[in-house]
Amino acid sequence: MTQGAPDTFPKLLLEHARLRPDRPANREKDYGIWQSWTWAEVAAEVEALACGLSAMGFRRGDKLAIIGDNRPRLYWAIAAAQALGGVPVPIYQDSIADEMAFVLDHAEIRFAVAEDQEQVDKLLAIKESCPLLETVIFSDRRGMRHYDQPFLHDYAKVQERGRELARADPGFFRGEIAKGSGEATAIILYTSGTTGRPKGVVLTFDNIMSAAQNAISFEGLTDHEEVLAYLPMAWIGEHIFSYAQAYCAGFCASCPESGATAMLDLRELGPTYFFAPPRIFENILTQVMIRMEDAGWAKRKLFHYFLGVAKRVRLPILDRQRVPFVDRVLYWLGDVLIYGPLKNSLGLSRLRVAYTAGEAIGPDLFTFYRSLGINLKQLYGMTESSVFLCIQKDGEVKPDTVGRPIEDVEIRIAEDGEVLFKSPGAFQGYYRNAEATVETKRPDGWVHTGDSGFFDADGQLKIIDRAKDVGRLEDGSLFAPKYLENKLKFFSWVKEAVVFGDGRPFVAAFLNIDLEAVGDWAERRNLAYASYQDLAAQTAVYDLLQGCVERVNRDLAAEPAVAASQIRRLLVLHKELDADDGELTRTRKVRRRIIAARYQPLVEALYSGRPTGRIETEITFEDGRKGRMRAELAIRDVATSLPMVEPVAFKKAS
Amino acid sequence: MKRIGEPILTADAISLAFGGITALNGISLEIRRHEILAMIGPNGAGKTSMLNVINGFYHPQAGTITWKGETRRHMRPYQAAAQGIARTFQNVALFKGMTTLDNVMTGRLLRMRRNFLWQAIHFGPAQQEELAHRAYAERIIDFLEIQAIRKTPVGRLPYGLQKRVELGRALAMEPELLLLDEPMAGMNVEEKEDMCRFILDVNDEFGTTIALIEHDMGVVMDISDRVVVLDYGRKIADGPPDEVRISPEVIAAYLGEQR
Repeated sequence: MTQGAPDTFPKLLLEHARLRPDRPANREKDYGIWQSWTWAEVAAEVEALACGLSAMGFRRGDKLAIIGDNRPRLYWAIAAAQALGGVPVPIYQDSIADEMAFVLDHAEIRFAVAEDQEQVDKLLAIKESCPLLETVIFSDRRGMRHYDQPFLHDYAKVQERGRELARADPGFFRGEIAKGSGEATAIILYTSGTTGRPKGVVLTFDNIMSAAQNAISFEGLTDHEEVLAYLPMAWIGEHIFSYAQAYCAGFCASCPESGATAMLDLRELGPTYFFAPPRIFENILTQVMIRMEDAGWAKRKLFHYFLGVAKRVRLPILDRQRVPFVDRVLYWLGDVLIYGPLKNSLGLSRLRVAYTAGEAIGPDLFTFYRSLGINLKQLYGMTESSVFLCIQKDGEVKPDTVGRPIEDVEIRIAEDGEVLFKSPGAFQGYYRNAEATVETKRPDGWVHTGDSGFFDADGQLKIIDRAKDVGRLEDGSLFAPKYLENKLKFFSWVKEAVVFGDGRPFVAAFLNIDLEAVGDWAERRNLAYASYQDLAAQTAVYDLLQGCVERVNRDLAAEPAVAASQIRRLLVLHKELDADDGELTRTRKVRRRIIAARYQPLVEALYSGRPTGRIETEITFEDGRKGRMRAELAIRDVATSLPMVEPVAFKKAS
Repeated sequence: MKRIGEPILTADAISLAFGGITALNGISLEIRRHEILAMIGPNGAGKTSMLNVINGFYHPQAGTITWKGETRRHMRPYQAAAQGIARTFQNVALFKGMTTLDNVMTGRLLRMRRNFLWQAIHFGPAQQEELAHRAYAERIIDFLEIQAIRKTPVGRLPYGLQKRVELGRALAMEPELLLLDEPMAGMNVEEKEDMCRFILDVNDEFGTTIALIEHDMGVVMDISDRVVVLDYGRKIADGPPDEVRISPEVIAAYLGEQR
């Protein structure tokens, strides 16, 4: 082994196998039981696979595609490729064959490890168009008995061959690992990207390990943490939390039985360190609320009462403010009766740190978890930065910021509002895409994130939108549509929101009601309605939504940078925005331009001052037939809030 | 590739009547080892009755059944089960209040050797035995991909999943012959595709012989090795799907005849 601290993951693996051979490194729930592998066992498994791969012709610099759900065997494949000086390329397991073909071809992949028959079938379908692909190794033998292609190999057989080779040449594995160094490419991760083809982000061991290590010391993580490895392996977050940090700190990453059981397995495992996008926290809360509605009267009362106590008392306690003695006792009681058991049944009671990122999280949602005593925090990062740029520090957590830059990270706001960074975690470039690399990572060393943001009064970063969506109102003040839309969507009544304002005198909004939430609200008030269209047009519903928008306006008025973006006029659309009509992407992001074009007459009506707008749209039924829908929609003027502080105007970039 | 072997079960001139109504009228058929046999026919053709005769639930007035070389007039359902014939029902017949795992475990009951007393004290050999059975049940749960509902009472599950659990319970018996009564009734397209795959996989991985009743012709033509067509208690066709499809008698039974 080389002198000094290990600078690659395989070197770390050998070190853990020496220092903590009997501590668990991986777990997987299989046949209903948690199976575990110690660091020593993992090192042996990785050695067997690496030697097997080498015997099959895998050479330094070769790429190894890894496709499948989170399985220890696939994590070992990452380490095995790295041990041989190769580069693992995880691919999203739900990609369709076409997308997979692009990545295989672009990354010049010769070897692939696939989880099961489903993934093998996809690879077989595209093998013709990927002439470089030579060898496919499958992990799960189920359904593979009749596959007799000579290039298909069983993972276990490859390992068997590797063990023979390791017996013949015991120093081979360590020798290969010793040749590795920190500047070498550790992994290539393809980012999905909303526009165009995916781009392969090249990260070195130094990049990933410095980012992972900085975050470990920031939170004080130890080798006793437990994490659940349940997000896609091709996603940088999963790679950092369940592989890089696990290897750096020496803790155990556990794989759920299947995607569908992840939340049940979470409960059994009781992780101490957890990451989830806001969507998952939202689902957990919804399930809790639905189950509470079915609970008995007394339990329900107790639950809501103590939830109120938590909201009122917990946050001041966290911020070390003075709290009346009675409230402290009540909170303690609530912890015994409600919060503790609730956290336990969700599997969150051992949690020390939980992160959410990727999307804005609703303040109510965020506060709910924090008031239960869960240390939920936000962070900011991306594939190009090996995740960690900003993390909220304990005691400085706010629902609408992403915290301050962590150690070694420098962040600057460009003149046009774009967030730029310098960090040891910053990527090397996009694989075989020099043009995009130069555009993002400028020669002066600053990486352009494409996000628009600003630092608030406390020095915490606030992300408002994708830079290319940010525009100007007629008077030149900042207009960040997604920021406004997210604020609107935090209300459960609002399913979708689309705001207009770029080059206009003021901001106006289209709203979509959430049929379930508003329908339920209407039923409780004995409001009869016949259809979505009917419900959306009711005066009471308009009043409800107007109230929501006014509250958003009050929030906006308090923030100088966006105060000019208060929403002056709104209308409630007569139909739900739908991916089938091309109005949303398949991942439910609004397609602004298409909506603006389709509903052109309504947009004009919003800015003409008329009290109604008329629209005729073509709609596509689920079976593909088309129909026309005519409607006359009311438009409401919304009160804006004072004091309107003089807005901060950003200068346009030259 | 799978080899379809010798007949594992032979029904010879089976007749069954309820009072004056003839359900089965001299039906002879054989089920061969490792095959997937589909029984089709219009409503009331006698398909379910035939399954019930095979697993001993109905006793035919005439005819014999030969199961693995042993010929008999009557067989009781528990004997059939003990000898390796498992089945699922047209209307799901699970223990609704029990979990998926417990339901699958009931499929192992016939294979438990320790007596009631041993089970009750649940110690030593009885515990060892239960562990082994649990391991087998878990293999089935893994195979059918129902891990997420392992601890859910089956009464709370949607219909499609209940059907899958029922298949799991039948499989837990390690049957040689599996009788499926409309395994895909009431399912949506996706659930049907899943079920087809499971049936093919069971046949392939465990080598289980399967006889099934199904109304969805697309499914029948896709997955079965042989098709038997019943109409008014008579067998009107028997052969590979492609032959049966074009048989004039079958077309007449399904579409009616022009006079």
